[in-house]
Amino acid sequence: MGNYYQPEIETMPRAQLQALQSERLVEQVRRVYENVPYYRAKMDAKGVTPDDIHGIEDLHKLPFLSKADLREAYPCGLLAAPKKDCVRIHSTSGTTGKRVVAFYTQHDVDLWEDCCARAIVAAGGTDEDVVQVCYGYGLFTGGLGLHGGSHKVGCLTLPMSSGNTERQLQFMEDLEATILCCTPSYAMYLAESAIETGVRDRLHLKSAIFGAEAWTEEMRHDIEDKLGLKAYDIYGLTELSGPGVAFECAEQNGMHINEDHFIAEIIDPVTEEPLPLGSKGELVFTAITKQAFPMIRYRTRDICMLKAEKCSCGRTHVRMCKPMGRSDDMLIIRGVNVFPSQIETVLLNQGMPANYQIIVDRVNNSDTLDIEVEVPQELFSDTVSAISKKEKELVSALKAMLGIMAKVHLVAPKSIARSEGKAVRVIDKRKLY
Amino acid sequence: MLLKQISVFLENKSGQLLQIVNVLAEHDIDLRALSIAEAQDYGVLRAIVDKPDETLALLREQEWLCSANEVLAVMVPDEPGSLTRILNVLADNDVNMVYTYAFLSGVEGKACIVLRVDDNAAAEKLLRNAGIEC
Repeated sequence: MGNYYQPEIETMPRAQLQALQSERLVEQVRRVYENVPYYRAKMDAKGVTPDDIHGIEDLHKLPFLSKADLREAYPCGLLAAPKKDCVRIHSTSGTTGKRVVAFYTQHDVDLWEDCCARAIVAAGGTDEDVVQVCYGYGLFTGGLGLHGGSHKVGCLTLPMSSGNTERQLQFMEDLEATILCCTPSYAMYLAESAIETGVRDRLHLKSAIFGAEAWTEEMRHDIEDKLGLKAYDIYGLTELSGPGVAFECAEQNGMHINEDHFIAEIIDPVTEEPLPLGSKGELVFTAITKQAFPMIRYRTRDICMLKAEKCSCGRTHVRMCKPMGRSDDMLIIRGVNVFPSQIETVLLNQGMPANYQIIVDRVNNSDTLDIEVEVPQELFSDTVSAISKKEKELVSALKAMLGIMAKVHLVAPKSIARSEGKAVRVIDKRKLY
Repeated sequence: MLLKQISVFLENKSGQLLQIVNVLAEHDIDLRALSIAEAQDYGVLRAIVDKPDETLALLREQEWLCSANEVLAVMVPDEPGSLTRILNVLADNDVNMVYTYAFLSGVEGKACIVLRVDDNAAAEKLLRNAGIEC
Protein backbone atom coordinates (compact mmCIF):
# COMPACT_ATOMS: atom_id res chain seq x y z
CA MET A 1 0.00 0.00 0.00
CA GLY A 2 3.00 2.27 -0.14
CA ASN A 3 2.29 3.89 -3.48
CA TYR A 4 2.98 7.54 -2.83
CA TYR A 5 4.45 10.22 -5.04
CA GLN A 6 5.19 12.57 -2.15
CA PRO A 7 5.00 10.29 0.91
CA GLU A 8 6.01 12.92 3.46
CA ILE A 9 3.07 15.10 2.38
CA GLU A 10 0.53 12.43 1.53
CA THR A 11 0.91 10.71 4.91
CA MET A 12 1.61 13.82 6.98
CA PRO A 13 0.05 13.65 10.45
CA ARG A 14 -3.14 15.70 10.49
CA ALA A 15 -2.01 18.19 13.13
CA GLN A 16 1.03 18.97 11.06
CA LEU A 17 -1.03 19.15 7.87
CA GLN A 18 -3.45 21.60 9.49
CA ALA A 19 -0.59 23.74 10.72
CA LEU A 20 0.75 23.81 7.18
CA GLN A 21 -2.70 24.77 5.87
CA SER A 22 -3.00 27.57 8.42
CA GLU A 23 0.39 28.97 7.57
CA ARG A 24 -0.35 28.90 3.84
CA LEU A 25 -3.85 30.33 4.26
CA VAL A 26 -2.63 33.34 6.24
CA GLU A 27 -0.01 34.05 3.62
CA GLN A 28 -2.42 33.54 0.70
CA VAL A 29 -5.10 35.80 2.16
CA ARG A 30 -2.57 38.56 2.69
CA ARG A 31 -1.28 38.14 -0.84
CA VAL A 32 -4.69 38.36 -2.53
CA TYR A 33 -5.74 41.26 -0.32
CA GLU A 34 -2.66 43.18 -1.34
CA ASN A 35 -2.59 42.21 -5.01
CA VAL A 36 -6.16 41.76 -6.15
CA PRO A 37 -8.51 44.75 -5.84
CA TYR A 38 -11.49 42.47 -6.48
CA TYR A 39 -10.71 40.34 -3.41
CA ARG A 40 -9.86 43.37 -1.33
CA ALA A 41 -13.25 44.92 -2.16
CA LYS A 42 -15.04 41.70 -1.25
CA MET A 43 -13.16 41.40 2.03
CA ASP A 44 -13.68 45.07 2.86
CA ALA A 45 -17.38 44.67 2.17
CA LYS A 46 -17.47 41.84 4.71
CA GLY A 47 -15.37 43.82 7.18
CA VAL A 48 -12.53 41.33 7.27
CA THR A 49 -8.84 42.08 6.82
CA PRO A 50 -5.81 39.78 6.59
CA ASP A 51 -5.14 40.59 10.27
CA ASP A 52 -8.31 38.69 11.21
CA ILE A 53 -7.04 35.48 9.64
CA HIS A 54 -4.72 33.55 11.92
CA GLY A 55 -5.33 30.05 10.66
CA ILE A 56 -7.86 27.66 9.19
CA GLU A 57 -10.17 28.28 12.15
CA ASP A 58 -10.76 31.76 10.70
CA LEU A 59 -11.59 30.52 7.20
CA HIS A 60 -15.33 31.03 7.78
CA LYS A 61 -14.77 34.78 8.17
CA LEU A 62 -13.78 35.13 4.53
CA PRO A 63 -16.26 35.93 1.76
CA PHE A 64 -17.21 33.29 -0.77
CA LEU A 65 -16.23 33.39 -4.39
CA SER A 66 -18.70 32.15 -6.99
CA LYS A 67 -18.83 31.50 -10.69
CA ALA A 68 -20.57 34.88 -11.00
CA ASP A 69 -17.49 36.57 -9.49
CA LEU A 70 -15.30 34.79 -12.00
CA ARG A 71 -17.46 36.01 -14.84
CA GLU A 72 -17.50 39.53 -13.49
CA ALA A 73 -13.74 39.60 -13.09
CA TYR A 74 -13.16 38.02 -16.50
CA PRO A 75 -10.54 37.79 -17.88
CA CYS A 76 -7.80 39.19 -15.60
CA GLY A 77 -9.66 40.66 -12.62
CA LEU A 78 -8.62 37.90 -10.22
CA LEU A 79 -5.04 37.67 -11.34
CA ALA A 80 -2.82 37.74 -8.25
CA ALA A 81 0.54 37.54 -9.99
CA PRO A 82 2.03 39.85 -12.62
CA LYS A 83 1.00 38.69 -16.09
CA LYS A 84 4.64 38.39 -17.05
CA ASP A 85 5.03 35.68 -14.41
CA CYS A 86 2.20 33.63 -15.92
CA VAL A 87 3.12 30.89 -18.34
CA ARG A 88 -0.20 29.37 -19.32
CA ILE A 89 -3.97 29.62 -19.28
CA HIS A 90 -6.68 27.01 -19.34
CA SER A 91 -10.36 27.57 -19.79
CA THR A 92 -13.62 25.92 -18.84
CA SER A 93 -15.53 23.96 -21.44
CA GLY A 94 -18.89 25.35 -20.47
CA THR A 95 -19.99 28.80 -21.45
CA THR A 96 -22.40 30.99 -19.55
CA GLY A 97 -21.84 34.04 -21.67
CA LYS A 98 -18.21 34.29 -20.60
CA ARG A 99 -15.77 31.45 -20.11
CA VAL A 100 -13.63 31.13 -17.04
CA VAL A 101 -9.98 31.67 -17.85
CA ALA A 102 -7.53 30.36 -15.25
CA PHE A 103 -3.91 31.55 -15.18
CA TYR A 104 -0.84 29.58 -14.10
CA THR A 105 2.66 30.57 -13.13
CA GLN A 106 5.37 27.97 -13.63
CA HIS A 107 5.08 27.25 -9.91
CA ASP A 108 1.33 26.69 -10.29
CA VAL A 109 1.88 24.28 -13.18
CA ASP A 110 4.47 22.43 -11.10
CA LEU A 111 2.20 21.96 -8.12
CA TRP A 112 -0.73 20.97 -10.32
CA GLU A 113 1.41 18.37 -12.05
CA ASP A 114 2.48 17.09 -8.63
CA CYS A 115 -1.19 16.58 -7.80
CA CYS A 116 -1.73 14.64 -11.02
CA ALA A 117 1.44 12.65 -10.36
CA ARG A 118 0.05 11.67 -6.95
CA ALA A 119 -3.07 10.36 -8.69
CA ILE A 120 -1.03 8.37 -11.20
CA VAL A 121 1.18 6.84 -8.51
CA ALA A 122 -1.91 6.03 -6.42
CA ALA A 123 -3.22 4.18 -9.49
CA GLY A 124 -0.06 2.08 -9.47
CA GLY A 125 2.00 4.21 -11.85
CA THR A 126 5.81 4.09 -11.83
CA ASP A 127 8.49 5.08 -14.33
CA GLU A 128 8.01 1.64 -15.89
CA ASP A 129 4.51 2.59 -17.05
CA VAL A 130 3.15 3.77 -20.37
CA VAL A 131 0.40 6.33 -19.83
CA GLN A 132 -2.06 6.96 -22.63
CA VAL A 133 -3.73 10.34 -22.20
CA CYS A 134 -6.89 10.62 -24.27
CA TYR A 135 -8.32 13.67 -22.56
CA GLY A 136 -8.41 16.64 -24.90
CA TYR A 137 -5.22 18.68 -25.06
CA GLY A 138 -5.60 22.43 -25.24
CA LEU A 139 -7.71 24.78 -23.19
CA PHE A 140 -9.27 21.82 -21.39
CA THR A 141 -7.23 20.93 -18.32
CA GLY A 142 -7.66 17.17 -18.63
CA GLY A 143 -5.04 16.46 -21.28
CA LEU A 144 -2.17 18.67 -20.22
CA GLY A 145 -2.76 18.08 -16.51
CA LEU A 146 -2.36 14.32 -16.62
CA HIS A 147 0.31 14.68 -19.27
CA GLY A 148 2.38 16.77 -16.86
CA GLY A 149 1.71 14.38 -14.00
CA SER A 150 2.77 11.45 -16.13
CA HIS A 151 6.05 13.21 -16.96
CA LYS A 152 6.71 13.85 -13.28
CA VAL A 153 6.31 10.18 -12.48
CA GLY A 154 8.63 9.40 -15.37
CA CYS A 155 6.12 7.35 -17.31
CA LEU A 156 6.33 7.08 -21.05
CA THR A 157 3.54 9.45 -22.01
CA LEU A 158 1.37 9.02 -25.10
CA PRO A 159 -0.18 12.45 -25.74
CA MET A 160 -3.08 11.09 -27.79
CA SER A 161 -5.67 13.77 -26.98
CA SER A 162 -9.30 12.83 -27.61
CA GLY A 163 -10.91 11.09 -30.54
CA ASN A 164 -9.74 8.82 -33.36
CA THR A 165 -10.58 5.57 -31.62
CA GLU A 166 -8.87 3.39 -34.20
CA ARG A 167 -5.55 5.17 -33.65
CA GLN A 168 -6.06 5.12 -29.86
CA LEU A 169 -6.42 1.35 -29.93
CA GLN A 170 -3.50 0.90 -32.27
CA PHE A 171 -1.12 2.88 -30.02
CA MET A 172 -2.58 1.22 -26.95
CA GLU A 173 -1.71 -2.16 -28.42
CA ASP A 174 1.58 -1.36 -30.18
CA LEU A 175 3.12 0.69 -27.36
CA GLU A 176 1.67 -1.54 -24.66
CA ALA A 177 -0.04 1.24 -22.72
CA THR A 178 -0.55 0.28 -19.08
CA ILE A 179 -2.47 3.28 -17.73
CA LEU A 180 -5.37 4.91 -19.49
CA CYS A 181 -6.53 8.47 -18.76
CA CYS A 182 -9.82 9.61 -20.28
CA THR A 183 -13.48 10.26 -19.51
CA PRO A 184 -15.36 7.15 -18.35
CA SER A 185 -17.79 7.39 -21.24
CA TYR A 186 -14.95 7.39 -23.74
CA ALA A 187 -13.36 4.46 -21.90
CA MET A 188 -16.61 2.57 -22.33
CA TYR A 189 -16.54 3.33 -26.02
CA LEU A 190 -12.90 2.30 -26.30
CA ALA A 191 -13.67 -0.93 -24.44
CA GLU A 192 -16.48 -1.82 -26.78
CA SER A 193 -14.40 -1.03 -29.86
CA ALA A 194 -11.49 -3.06 -28.48
CA ILE A 195 -13.76 -6.06 -27.96
CA GLU A 196 -15.38 -5.67 -31.38
CA THR A 197 -12.10 -5.43 -33.24
CA GLY A 198 -10.49 -8.20 -31.21
CA VAL A 199 -7.74 -5.91 -29.87
CA ARG A 200 -8.91 -6.41 -26.29
CA ASP A 201 -6.85 -9.54 -25.62
CA ARG A 202 -3.67 -7.93 -26.88
CA LEU A 203 -3.84 -4.92 -24.50
CA HIS A 204 -1.62 -4.43 -21.44
CA LEU A 205 -3.74 -1.97 -19.46
CA LYS A 206 -3.60 -2.37 -15.68
CA SER A 207 -5.31 0.77 -14.48
CA ALA A 208 -7.22 3.82 -15.62
CA ILE A 209 -7.86 7.30 -14.26
CA PHE A 210 -11.30 8.58 -15.12
CA GLY A 211 -12.74 12.01 -14.50
CA ALA A 212 -14.32 15.14 -16.00
CA GLU A 213 -17.82 13.70 -15.82
CA ALA A 214 -20.10 11.85 -13.45
CA TRP A 215 -20.01 8.08 -13.53
CA THR A 216 -21.47 5.29 -11.47
CA GLU A 217 -20.11 2.25 -9.66
CA GLU A 218 -21.88 0.11 -12.28
CA MET A 219 -19.90 1.84 -15.00
CA ARG A 220 -16.73 1.28 -13.02
CA HIS A 221 -17.34 -2.46 -12.77
CA ASP A 222 -18.39 -2.65 -16.39
CA ILE A 223 -15.25 -0.91 -17.69
CA GLU A 224 -13.01 -2.83 -15.28
CA ASP A 225 -14.44 -6.12 -16.57
CA LYS A 226 -14.32 -5.15 -20.21
CA LEU A 227 -10.78 -3.81 -20.21
CA GLY A 228 -9.35 -5.92 -17.42
CA LEU A 229 -8.05 -3.00 -15.38
CA LYS A 230 -8.65 -1.15 -12.14
CA ALA A 231 -10.45 2.18 -12.58
CA TYR A 232 -9.62 5.17 -10.37
CA ASP A 233 -11.67 8.32 -10.00
CA ILE A 234 -10.12 11.78 -10.19
CA TYR A 235 -11.72 15.12 -9.37
CA GLY A 236 -10.86 18.66 -10.27
CA LEU A 237 -12.01 21.87 -11.79
CA THR A 238 -10.32 24.42 -13.98
CA GLU A 239 -10.85 27.16 -11.41
CA LEU A 240 -8.65 25.23 -8.98
CA SER A 241 -6.07 24.07 -11.56
CA GLY A 242 -7.72 21.05 -13.16
CA PRO A 243 -7.78 17.32 -12.46
CA GLY A 244 -5.92 16.25 -9.34
CA VAL A 245 -7.70 18.35 -6.72
CA ALA A 246 -8.67 14.93 -5.34
CA PHE A 247 -7.93 11.39 -6.47
CA GLU A 248 -8.76 7.85 -5.54
CA CYS A 249 -6.33 5.41 -3.96
CA ALA A 250 -6.40 1.65 -4.32
CA GLU A 251 -9.18 1.47 -1.73
CA GLN A 252 -11.56 2.98 -4.31
CA ASN A 253 -13.51 4.46 -1.46
CA GLY A 254 -13.54 8.22 -1.90
CA MET A 255 -11.02 10.63 -3.34
CA HIS A 256 -8.20 12.03 -1.23
CA ILE A 257 -8.19 15.81 -1.42
CA ASN A 258 -4.73 17.29 -1.84
CA GLU A 259 -5.15 19.26 1.34
CA ASP A 260 -1.69 20.77 1.33
CA HIS A 261 -2.94 22.79 -1.68
CA PHE A 262 -6.71 22.89 -1.23
CA ILE A 263 -8.74 23.40 1.94
CA ALA A 264 -12.14 21.78 1.60
CA GLU A 265 -15.29 22.87 3.42
CA ILE A 266 -18.86 21.65 3.24
CA ILE A 267 -21.48 24.37 3.55
CA ASP A 268 -25.23 24.59 3.50
CA PRO A 269 -25.83 25.97 -0.01
CA VAL A 270 -28.77 28.06 1.19
CA THR A 271 -27.60 29.49 4.53
CA GLU A 272 -23.91 29.36 3.47
CA GLU A 273 -23.04 28.14 6.98
CA PRO A 274 -20.18 25.64 7.25
CA LEU A 275 -21.43 22.16 8.15
CA PRO A 276 -19.69 19.63 10.40
CA LEU A 277 -17.44 17.05 8.80
CA GLY A 278 -19.45 14.17 7.39
CA SER A 279 -22.49 16.29 6.51
CA LYS A 280 -23.86 16.47 3.02
CA GLY A 281 -23.62 19.92 1.48
CA GLU A 282 -21.89 22.08 -1.06
CA LEU A 283 -18.18 21.63 -1.51
CA VAL A 284 -16.13 24.81 -1.13
CA PHE A 285 -12.42 25.03 -1.84
CA THR A 286 -9.69 27.44 -0.91
CA ALA A 287 -6.53 27.15 -2.97
CA ILE A 288 -3.69 28.05 -0.63
CA THR A 289 -0.68 27.60 -2.86
CA LYS A 290 -1.80 28.95 -6.20
CA GLN A 291 -0.01 32.10 -7.24
CA ALA A 292 -1.68 33.35 -10.41
CA PHE A 293 -5.30 32.45 -9.82
CA PRO A 294 -5.91 31.80 -6.13
CA MET A 295 -9.45 30.85 -5.23
CA ILE A 296 -10.62 31.78 -1.75
CA ARG A 297 -13.70 29.86 -0.60
CA TYR A 298 -14.75 28.99 -4.12
CA ARG A 299 -18.22 27.51 -4.28
CA THR A 300 -18.05 24.49 -6.56
CA ARG A 301 -21.83 23.90 -6.48
CA ASP A 302 -21.05 20.19 -6.17
CA ILE A 303 -23.05 18.49 -3.45
CA CYS A 304 -20.70 16.23 -1.58
CA MET A 305 -19.63 14.62 1.68
CA LEU A 306 -16.20 14.45 3.29
CA LYS A 307 -14.84 11.43 5.13
CA ALA A 308 -12.32 12.01 7.88
CA GLU A 309 -11.73 8.38 8.83
CA LYS A 310 -8.18 7.25 8.31
CA CYS A 311 -7.73 5.42 5.05
CA SER A 312 -6.00 2.06 5.02
CA CYS A 313 -3.80 3.29 2.16
CA GLY A 314 -1.92 5.36 4.74
CA ARG A 315 -2.83 8.75 3.31
CA THR A 316 -3.96 11.22 5.95
CA HIS A 317 -5.70 13.59 3.57
CA VAL A 318 -9.46 13.76 3.87
CA ARG A 319 -11.56 11.94 1.28
CA MET A 320 -14.51 13.30 -0.66
CA CYS A 321 -17.25 11.12 -2.09
CA LYS A 322 -18.29 11.35 -5.70
CA PRO A 323 -20.33 14.54 -6.13
CA MET A 324 -23.97 13.64 -5.51
CA GLY A 325 -25.55 16.45 -7.47
CA ARG A 326 -25.40 20.16 -8.15
CA SER A 327 -26.60 22.90 -5.89
CA ASP A 328 -27.64 24.99 -8.86
CA ASP A 329 -29.23 24.04 -12.12
CA MET A 330 -26.04 23.49 -14.06
CA LEU A 331 -26.00 20.30 -16.05
CA ILE A 332 -22.84 18.54 -17.04
CA ILE A 333 -23.47 16.93 -20.39
CA ARG A 334 -20.69 15.00 -22.08
CA GLY A 335 -18.26 16.81 -19.79
CA VAL A 336 -19.55 20.24 -20.83
CA ASN A 337 -21.30 22.63 -18.47
CA VAL A 338 -24.75 23.49 -19.74
CA PHE A 339 -27.10 25.98 -18.13
CA PRO A 340 -30.81 25.99 -18.96
CA SER A 341 -30.58 29.77 -19.16
CA GLN A 342 -28.23 29.45 -22.13
CA ILE A 343 -30.79 27.35 -23.96
CA GLU A 344 -33.50 29.84 -23.13
CA THR A 345 -31.37 32.68 -24.52
CA VAL A 346 -30.91 30.85 -27.82
CA LEU A 347 -34.63 30.17 -28.15
CA LEU A 348 -35.55 33.77 -27.46
CA ASN A 349 -32.90 35.04 -29.87
CA GLN A 350 -34.35 32.75 -32.50
CA GLY A 351 -37.81 34.19 -32.01
CA MET A 352 -39.12 31.11 -30.23
CA PRO A 353 -41.27 31.26 -27.12
CA ALA A 354 -39.57 30.29 -23.86
CA ASN A 355 -41.76 27.20 -23.63
CA TYR A 356 -39.25 24.42 -23.66
CA GLN A 357 -38.13 21.35 -21.85
CA ILE A 358 -34.62 19.98 -21.57
CA ILE A 359 -34.34 16.22 -21.41
CA VAL A 360 -30.98 14.75 -20.51
CA ASP A 361 -30.46 11.05 -20.67
CA ARG A 362 -27.68 8.57 -21.07
CA VAL A 363 -27.88 6.15 -23.94
CA ASN A 364 -25.10 3.59 -24.43
CA ASN A 365 -23.05 5.43 -21.81
CA SER A 366 -23.12 8.69 -23.70
CA ASP A 367 -25.13 11.69 -22.59
CA THR A 368 -27.96 12.85 -24.80
CA LEU A 369 -29.48 16.32 -24.81
CA ASP A 370 -32.95 16.74 -26.24
CA ILE A 371 -34.83 20.00 -26.25
CA GLU A 372 -38.54 20.13 -26.82
CA VAL A 373 -39.79 23.47 -27.99
CA GLU A 374 -43.33 24.58 -28.54
CA VAL A 375 -43.96 25.85 -32.06
CA PRO A 376 -45.38 29.37 -32.14
CA GLN A 377 -48.39 30.16 -34.32
CA GLU A 378 -46.36 32.53 -36.54
CA LEU A 379 -44.03 29.76 -37.56
CA PHE A 380 -46.72 27.34 -38.57
CA SER A 381 -48.00 27.09 -42.12
CA ASP A 382 -49.19 24.35 -44.45
CA THR A 383 -45.66 23.36 -45.42
CA VAL A 384 -43.04 21.42 -43.49
CA SER A 385 -40.09 23.31 -44.97
CA ALA A 386 -40.44 26.48 -42.87
CA ILE A 387 -40.61 24.47 -39.66
CA SER A 388 -37.74 22.17 -40.55
CA LYS A 389 -35.64 25.16 -41.56
CA LYS A 390 -36.26 26.69 -38.14
CA GLU A 391 -35.42 23.38 -36.53
CA LYS A 392 -32.03 23.36 -38.27
CA GLU A 393 -31.36 26.98 -37.32
CA LEU A 394 -32.09 26.18 -33.70
CA VAL A 395 -29.76 23.19 -33.74
CA SER A 396 -26.88 25.22 -35.11
CA ALA A 397 -27.50 28.19 -32.77
CA LEU A 398 -27.57 25.81 -29.80
CA LYS A 399 -24.36 24.14 -30.95
CA ALA A 400 -22.70 27.56 -31.18
CA MET A 401 -23.83 28.52 -27.68
CA LEU A 402 -23.35 25.24 -25.84
CA GLY A 403 -20.48 23.70 -27.75
CA ILE A 404 -22.31 20.39 -27.95
CA MET A 405 -25.06 19.03 -30.16
CA ALA A 406 -28.61 19.11 -28.93
CA LYS A 407 -31.55 17.45 -30.64
CA VAL A 408 -34.47 19.79 -31.13
CA HIS A 409 -38.02 18.49 -31.15
CA LEU A 410 -40.81 20.82 -32.11
CA VAL A 411 -43.99 20.11 -30.23
CA ALA A 412 -47.50 21.54 -30.20
CA PRO A 413 -48.23 24.65 -28.13
CA LYS A 414 -49.08 23.97 -24.49
CA SER A 415 -48.03 20.35 -24.80
CA ILE A 416 -45.14 20.73 -22.37
CA ALA A 417 -46.33 19.67 -18.94
CA ARG A 418 -46.60 22.49 -16.47
CA SER A 419 -46.78 22.07 -12.76
CA GLU A 420 -48.58 24.94 -11.08
CA GLY A 421 -48.48 26.85 -14.33
CA LYS A 422 -44.70 26.73 -14.51
CA ALA A 423 -43.05 24.40 -16.95
CA VAL A 424 -40.66 21.82 -15.58
CA ARG A 425 -37.57 22.90 -17.46
CA VAL A 426 -35.15 20.09 -16.92
CA ILE A 427 -35.69 16.37 -16.81
CA ASP A 428 -32.47 14.55 -16.06
CA LYS A 429 -33.08 10.86 -16.60
CA ARG A 430 -29.48 9.87 -15.99
CA LYS A 431 -29.03 7.80 -12.88
CA LEU A 432 -25.59 8.93 -11.86
CA TYR A 433 -25.86 10.14 -8.33
CA MET B 1 -60.57 27.54 -58.41
CA LEU B 2 -58.87 28.56 -55.18
CA LEU B 3 -59.92 26.57 -52.14
CA LYS B 4 -59.31 27.27 -48.49
CA GLN B 5 -57.27 24.47 -46.98
CA ILE B 6 -56.89 23.88 -43.25
CA SER B 7 -53.48 22.81 -41.90
CA VAL B 8 -52.96 21.40 -38.42
CA PHE B 9 -49.72 20.66 -36.57
CA LEU B 10 -49.78 17.13 -35.27
CA GLU B 11 -47.26 15.70 -32.85
CA ASN B 12 -45.87 12.34 -33.73
CA LYS B 13 -47.93 10.28 -31.32
CA SER B 14 -50.92 8.04 -31.52
CA GLY B 15 -54.45 9.40 -31.51
CA GLN B 16 -53.66 12.86 -32.83
CA LEU B 17 -55.54 12.54 -36.10
CA LEU B 18 -58.43 10.82 -34.35
CA GLN B 19 -58.94 13.84 -32.10
CA ILE B 20 -59.17 16.16 -35.11
CA VAL B 21 -61.57 13.90 -36.95
CA ASN B 22 -63.73 13.68 -33.85
CA VAL B 23 -63.99 17.46 -33.67
CA LEU B 24 -65.12 17.57 -37.31
CA ALA B 25 -67.64 14.77 -36.86
CA GLU B 26 -69.11 16.33 -33.73
CA HIS B 27 -69.76 19.55 -35.61
CA ASP B 28 -71.07 17.94 -38.73
CA ILE B 29 -68.18 19.07 -40.85
CA ASP B 30 -67.59 17.06 -43.99
CA LEU B 31 -64.02 16.08 -44.76
CA ARG B 32 -63.51 16.16 -48.53
CA ALA B 33 -59.82 15.37 -48.69
CA LEU B 34 -56.83 15.09 -46.44
CA SER B 35 -53.13 14.48 -46.64
CA ILE B 36 -50.36 14.43 -44.07
CA ALA B 37 -46.80 15.61 -44.56
CA GLU B 38 -44.62 13.86 -42.02
CA ALA B 39 -41.35 15.00 -40.52
CA GLN B 40 -39.28 13.36 -37.78
CA ASP B 41 -41.20 14.57 -34.77
CA TYR B 42 -44.38 15.97 -36.20
CA GLY B 43 -46.74 15.96 -39.14
CA VAL B 44 -48.76 18.60 -40.90
CA LEU B 45 -52.31 17.62 -41.65
CA ARG B 46 -53.87 19.34 -44.65
CA ALA B 47 -57.57 19.05 -45.14
CA ILE B 48 -60.25 20.28 -47.47
CA VAL B 49 -63.55 20.60 -45.62
CA ASP B 50 -66.97 21.96 -46.46
CA LYS B 51 -66.86 24.63 -43.74
CA PRO B 52 -63.23 25.83 -43.51
CA ASP B 53 -63.83 29.00 -41.45
CA GLU B 54 -65.88 27.16 -38.86
CA THR B 55 -63.30 24.37 -38.73
CA LEU B 56 -60.46 26.81 -38.17
CA ALA B 57 -62.34 28.60 -35.41
CA LEU B 58 -63.22 25.30 -33.71
CA LEU B 59 -59.69 23.95 -33.82
CA ARG B 60 -58.22 27.22 -32.58
CA GLU B 61 -60.69 27.24 -29.74
CA GLN B 62 -59.40 23.80 -28.74
CA GLU B 63 -55.85 25.12 -28.94
CA TRP B 64 -54.68 23.18 -31.94
CA LEU B 65 -51.87 24.84 -33.82
CA CYS B 66 -53.52 25.42 -37.19
CA SER B 67 -53.80 27.79 -40.11
CA ALA B 68 -55.76 28.31 -43.30
CA ASN B 69 -54.33 28.96 -46.72
CA GLU B 70 -55.40 28.88 -50.32
CA VAL B 71 -54.63 26.04 -52.63
CA LEU B 72 -55.43 25.60 -56.30
CA ALA B 73 -58.10 23.01 -57.06
CA VAL B 74 -58.33 21.71 -60.58
CA MET B 75 -61.26 19.58 -61.72
CA VAL B 76 -60.19 17.01 -64.27
CA PRO B 77 -61.91 14.10 -66.00
CA ASP B 78 -61.32 10.95 -63.98
CA GLU B 79 -59.40 9.24 -66.77
CA PRO B 80 -55.79 8.37 -67.64
CA GLY B 81 -53.68 11.34 -68.74
CA SER B 82 -55.59 14.08 -66.96
CA LEU B 83 -52.80 14.91 -64.54
CA THR B 84 -50.26 14.85 -67.36
CA ARG B 85 -51.92 17.83 -69.05
CA ILE B 86 -51.75 19.90 -65.88
CA LEU B 87 -48.18 19.02 -65.06
CA ASN B 88 -47.09 19.75 -68.64
CA VAL B 89 -48.43 23.27 -68.38
CA LEU B 90 -46.71 23.85 -65.06
CA ALA B 91 -43.41 22.36 -66.23
CA ASP B 92 -43.46 24.31 -69.50
CA ASN B 93 -43.87 27.50 -67.50
CA ASP B 94 -41.22 26.58 -64.97
CA VAL B 95 -43.64 26.47 -62.06
CA ASN B 96 -42.27 24.46 -59.12
CA MET B 97 -44.76 22.54 -57.06
CA VAL B 98 -44.65 22.53 -53.25
CA TYR B 99 -47.04 19.61 -52.85
CA THR B 100 -50.13 18.05 -54.40
CA TYR B 101 -52.82 15.53 -53.61
CA ALA B 102 -56.04 14.46 -55.26
CA PHE B 103 -59.52 13.24 -54.45
CA LEU B 104 -62.58 12.17 -56.31
CA SER B 105 -64.97 15.08 -56.46
CA GLY B 106 -68.68 14.74 -55.80
CA VAL B 107 -69.27 15.35 -59.50
CA GLU B 108 -69.69 12.18 -61.53
CA GLY B 109 -66.58 11.35 -63.57
CA LYS B 110 -64.52 14.21 -62.16
CA ALA B 111 -61.48 14.15 -59.97
CA CYS B 112 -60.06 17.14 -58.09
CA ILE B 113 -56.35 17.81 -58.05
CA VAL B 114 -55.14 20.04 -55.23
CA LEU B 115 -52.01 21.97 -56.12
CA ARG B 116 -49.83 24.11 -53.94
CA VAL B 117 -47.34 26.27 -55.80
CA ASP B 118 -45.61 29.47 -54.76
CA ASP B 119 -48.08 31.63 -56.63
CA ASN B 120 -51.43 29.88 -56.82
CA ALA B 121 -53.22 32.67 -58.67
CA ALA B 122 -50.59 32.84 -61.40
CA ALA B 123 -50.68 29.08 -61.86
CA GLU B 124 -54.46 29.19 -62.10
CA LYS B 125 -54.18 31.73 -64.88
CA LEU B 126 -51.64 29.61 -66.74
CA LEU B 127 -53.86 26.56 -66.57
CA ARG B 128 -56.92 28.50 -67.71
CA ASN B 129 -55.00 29.93 -70.64
CA ALA B 130 -54.11 26.37 -71.57
CA GLY B 131 -57.79 25.50 -71.61
CA ILE B 132 -57.85 23.57 -68.35
CA GLU B 133 -60.94 24.01 -66.23
CA CYS B 134 -60.13 25.33 -62.79
